[in-house]
Amino acid sequence: MSVTVDAVMLEARAGSLAKRSIKTTAKVAGIRLAIGCMDLTTLEGKDSEGRIRSLCAKALHPAPHLPDVPSVAAVCVYPNLVLAAKEALRGTSVKVASVATAFPSGQSSMEVKLADTAAAIAAGADEIDMVIDRGAFLAGHYRAVYDEIVAIKAACGSVHLKVILETGELGSYDAVRRASDLALEAGADFIKTSTGKVGTNATFPVAVTMCEAIRDYARRTGRRAGLKVAGGVRNTKQAMTYLVIIKETLGESWLTPDLFRIGASSLLDDLLMQYEKQLTGHYAGRDYFPMD
Amino acid sequence: MAIFEYAPAPETVKAPIREQYGLFIDGKWIAPRDGRYFDTVNPATEETLARVAYAGDEDVDRAVRAARKAYDKYWRRMRPADRAKYVYRIARAITERSRELAVLETIDGGKPIKESRDFDIPLSAAHFFYYAGWADKLEWAMRAGEEPNPIGVAGQIVPWNFPLLMAAWKVAPALACGNTIVLKPAETTPLTALALAQIAAEADLPPGVLNVITGDGATGAALVGHPDVDKIAFTGSTEVGKAIQRSTAGSGKRLTLELGGKAAHIVFADAPMDQAIEGIVNGIYFNQGHVCCAGSRLLVEESVHEQIVVRLTDRIQTLRLGDPLDKNTDVGAINSKMQLDKIKELVGSGIDEGAILVQQSCALPERGYFFPASFFTNVQQSHRIAREEIFGPVLSILTFRTPEEAVEKANNTPYGLSAGIWTDKGSKNMYIAQYLRAGVVWCNTFNQFDPSSPFGGFRESGFGREGGVHGLREYLAH
Repeated sequence: MSVTVDAVMLEARAGSLAKRSIKTTAKVAGIRLAIGCMDLTTLEGKDSEGRIRSLCAKALHPAPHLPDVPSVAAVCVYPNLVLAAKEALRGTSVKVASVATAFPSGQSSMEVKLADTAAAIAAGADEIDMVIDRGAFLAGHYRAVYDEIVAIKAACGSVHLKVILETGELGSYDAVRRASDLALEAGADFIKTSTGKVGTNATFPVAVTMCEAIRDYARRTGRRAGLKVAGGVRNTKQAMTYLVIIKETLGESWLTPDLFRIGASSLLDDLLMQYEKQLTGHYAGRDYFPMD
Repeated sequence: MAIFEYAPAPETVKAPIREQYGLFIDGKWIAPRDGRYFDTVNPATEETLARVAYAGDEDVDRAVRAARKAYDKYWRRMRPADRAKYVYRIARAITERSRELAVLETIDGGKPIKESRDFDIPLSAAHFFYYAGWADKLEWAMRAGEEPNPIGVAGQIVPWNFPLLMAAWKVAPALACGNTIVLKPAETTPLTALALAQIAAEADLPPGVLNVITGDGATGAALVGHPDVDKIAFTGSTEVGKAIQRSTAGSGKRLTLELGGKAAHIVFADAPMDQAIEGIVNGIYFNQGHVCCAGSRLLVEESVHEQIVVRLTDRIQTLRLGDPLDKNTDVGAINSKMQLDKIKELVGSGIDEGAILVQQSCALPERGYFFPASFFTNVQQSHRIAREEIFGPVLSILTFRTPEEAVEKANNTPYGLSAGIWTDKGSKNMYIAQYLRAGVVWCNTFNQFDPSSPFGGFRESGFGREGGVHGLREYLAH
């Protein structure tokens, strides 16, 4: 039985965390942290190997003229492009994450989902981002959702498993909490907010709720699972708020790429612009940063 | 080493402060008759901010005379719609100056800037806007056969915990109803009331309609005892409230009192637990616990006592205590040395009586009056910390087993200002709420305020209501 969540007070709490003022040295540290915890993502029908190679180059050296800027944590791609990403990143610290299990809808047979996962792993994926079966969840078939996560986790072996709850489709914070608890019990290494493919993606109150689930689970079992926020995180202010949420619910020890990720694409450019602004005192135009 | 430590984020707006303030009587700034002044200090730094006039008996008399003259000459005769324009003008001026007023409130009183910025000042403006709208619609606040007439001269005495807001609660309805005012802010926090006087002057409020006199308890007593005052509105301690009631008895003066509290904050096992923790934190650490309706007596169902203590222990470590002007500060300075001593004395009594103290483990600033966010477990109903108002960031946690026991313990207090209930069950919320003897009961939330909602107490928490149509009626003779 999950604890219940009161929407009004939760949103007030998330709102107050979003009002933290992150300036000067905190902003510089936060931006570096956010970049180091980023899953630089491309999940589009038009993704090609060329596109992946250029993304990987940026993942490794987000801003060559700012040597203090770290590489991102991982790139996140479709399974058929894992190989290309793996080749581009060979010998580096940047990991390759692959979505799997009939991403983004999860509407397929278990066989297909397992095969999807196995293919990504065979191609060298270090991390798997699976989606839960929201249809089953909303129909109240929690056991089925749980069993599916357990099966994918078994297929992953030592490969890191992130479980996407697609919170924008769950309808309530109570459901977010319940899905978080369920995924954690099923063995998720990370729980992740969204696919980025539906109308509502990561939000501050959802992140707070998932952090609380992770915290309570760690308190109960001793196992520390991670959080990945994804979808709609486009600017530095939002990224700083997610760092604040982690810091003030789970604690600073969670602020590492092992336990926190931001899935994003355009966010990186804004972080770099804000970083340069902090260092130089003025904004550089977009053309001063490599696109991709 | 800290991975992501918040850098200082001080509010940079400067509030204009004069070196010395006179009394605001009859639309003018005047010196006190016997030339006495006192200092108002910043409790976070112990530095003197300004010298403020001390109003003696003669000054009080001058202020009341000015208010009487303005009442007869201008204010009671003015068309209600014109009165409304002045009240709207004050509301707009507060909004326009909200940042400097927030800074002023924070440096004079010690409260975090995020609270004065997001709560005190906007809510103060909201009260003026709300009551401005009432000024020409007063007959709608009346019962059949009643006429909406002003009362006359109102003496208003406000406390130091929400200086401008408490002034707004009193001044706005009084003005809207056609009364004139002598306002006395608290000794330790006069600056925003003086700023309000300046705003009134700049709004061209006719001279004498709002007079602001500064001083201490003796000034307040002189105002209460003045024969030409028709109504006293007081917010403050129960002890002083009782003295005021004794003093006004038989005088024909109308009286409203908003006094102390020891609010029960009830958490059932089926509560939304993390939000309940936020409610508890808001209930007791908001404004360093200097809140008459603070949820200072936490009653938790025994089966969840342990997990609440664990959660709360972790949560208070994340509260940021320090410079009230820093935008990230959650717990600011205690308002005065006197209040800090009182908190320390009561906390000492809690330890002596066998309760267990848990505190946030942060370093306190070297200067200024600070007290860490604290709570006691193992508290019994008989302990002083369960019965007396601490008026600081100190929570007492007690347990109950059944809803009946929760109600019984909640009501076992001489106070009755506010209460809170946390349960996911709507029916239980409503059921418990109707048995709690408290002026306001918050269900699955705490410290929610709106100008349209009345606020006030039962028993030793006072009588009369402020806010809403109820608050309006306190300023009408009918």
